[in-house]
Amino acid sequence: MRTINWFKYSSPASFYPLAGKLIPYFTVLAVVLTAVGLYMGFFVAPTDYKQGEGYRIMFIHVPAAWMSMFIYLVMAVYAGAGLVFNTRLSSMMASALAPTGALFTFLALWTGSFWGKPMWGAWWVWDARLTSELILLFLYIGFMSLKAAIDDPRRAARASGLLAIIGAINIPIIYFSVQWWNTLHQGASISITSGTSMEATMLTTLLVMSFAFWMYAIAVVLARVRCEILEAEGDTEWVAAQLGKGQ
Amino acid sequence: MNWGSAGNFFAMGGYAFYVWGSYGVTALFLVLEIVLLVLRKRTITQRLGRRIRMRSEVKNEAQT
Repeated sequence: MRTINWFKYSSPASFYPLAGKLIPYFTVLAVVLTAVGLYMGFFVAPTDYKQGEGYRIMFIHVPAAWMSMFIYLVMAVYAGAGLVFNTRLSSMMASALAPTGALFTFLALWTGSFWGKPMWGAWWVWDARLTSELILLFLYIGFMSLKAAIDDPRRAARASGLLAIIGAINIPIIYFSVQWWNTLHQGASISITSGTSMEATMLTTLLVMSFAFWMYAIAVVLARVRCEILEAEGDTEWVAAQLGKGQ
Repeated sequence: MNWGSAGNFFAMGGYAFYVWGSYGVTALFLVLEIVLLVLRKRTITQRLGRRIRMRSEVKNEAQT
């Protein structure tokens, strides 16, 4: 039996072409899922009996919020792997994830604000859910700034990696904030333990949009990690060979 | 979901500003992220391409 070398793709030289091959697949998936999700969100899902058509913001707000937390966890895992195994690719992956995570955090806050204004009457409240999500945005920005501020790439990876891991404590705080504190933000409509309190087509639409955002994030992060790799390894022979092939 | 007319669709039951304000900004930023990445990739490959050509020219001159 052949043993699989799990570390083969942890080297930038072999991951670069692999990422390049994967990007088109994730792009196609993201485009198709977005088209289906938008169609369902605007033409299949019924009007909400309480919030009218305004609830349709949910189909981008909830996926963006999920992605903002999920990407942070993935980033912290890569940062941790970078600290333990000292693999360069892990720290590059963490750097590649941060801007997309920050973007989804911003979008969760933005769409939440545009949803809160008509439903609660306020663009912003200092509620536990909203405040902890804002802290998540600052964690992403802090991670990127710290990495950019240190010249030596190894030290930059260590310092920012530590920040990413410590900041991960914020994720359960965001997730459980609606249970732990008395918040204006509504509780989870979908829960692993108690199922869902949502109409079936609404739930399906929400899941389709979540997968769309997920596929988008993978495609974009793979494209960005390729840039990170090129910037770090620009003068090596394999980069010259790859660029010679038009990759 | 039957909207009846395009006007009803864009009016979003009176929530037009909030719904389109959310979807519009989300679409704008996702597209912007892709554009910025494509530009970044192009800048890097152009710079590296110049460096690689320079290196090979220096090598060729050394041989002749």
